[in-house]
Amino acid sequence: MLHIVNKSPYADRALDACLARLTEGAALLLIEDAVVAALADGAYAAKLKGLDVYALGPDLEARGLAAKPLCAQVVDHAGFVDLCVTHPASHSWF
Amino acid sequence: MAHKKILFVARKAPYGQSRAPEMLDALMVAAAFDQQVHLAFLDDGVFQLVKGQSAEAIGHKPFAHAFEELDDYDIEHLWVERESLAERGLSESDLMAAVTLLDRAEMAQAMAEADLVVSA
Repeated sequence: MLHIVNKSPYADRALDACLARLTEGAALLLIEDAVVAALADGAYAAKLKGLDVYALGPDLEARGLAAKPLCAQVVDHAGFVDLCVTHPASHSWF
Repeated sequence: MAHKKILFVARKAPYGQSRAPEMLDALMVAAAFDQQVHLAFLDDGVFQLVKGQSAEAIGHKPFAHAFEELDDYDIEHLWVERESLAERGLSESDLMAAVTLLDRAEMAQAMAEADLVVSA
């Protein structure tokens, strides 16, 4: 299962809700405002540690965060598509 | 068309947005096309099932009664997460329909096993 979150965890509980229900083999993709959770020095780094986490590059770049230390693998839009097709299903936590 | 296991996930309280009635429309369509439809309520979504709602009091069209009629669509299980209820001071007796309580780990497993997850 690919889990997709698009809201900042500092403003919305979607990421926490998702993290509480991840199962073995799941991947997490942070897009739009949720990319703020990918900062390695942020409060969510510890919660994301050990998970298969991705962040959408253009959303990091747009927010000036692409060069910061991250706790997620950066993917572009093609990588987003790859994640969608390599997982049997996706779950958007909007 | 192959039968898919479609899981509708309700995580939002009713009336703030129109997600709940829209989800009901979508899941009835899915069920009408003989898909295997499941419905899960977690986080604030559990408030959608509270009995005694009066949508008219705030000028909304009532929809909650539809949850009691899902049997007619062969939607047998309304899955409700036990922890979400407890965190909000609710219990099974506050809910209108016969539900199946799942703990958080069981809910996570149910979501992982779906072919298609629709967030509502």
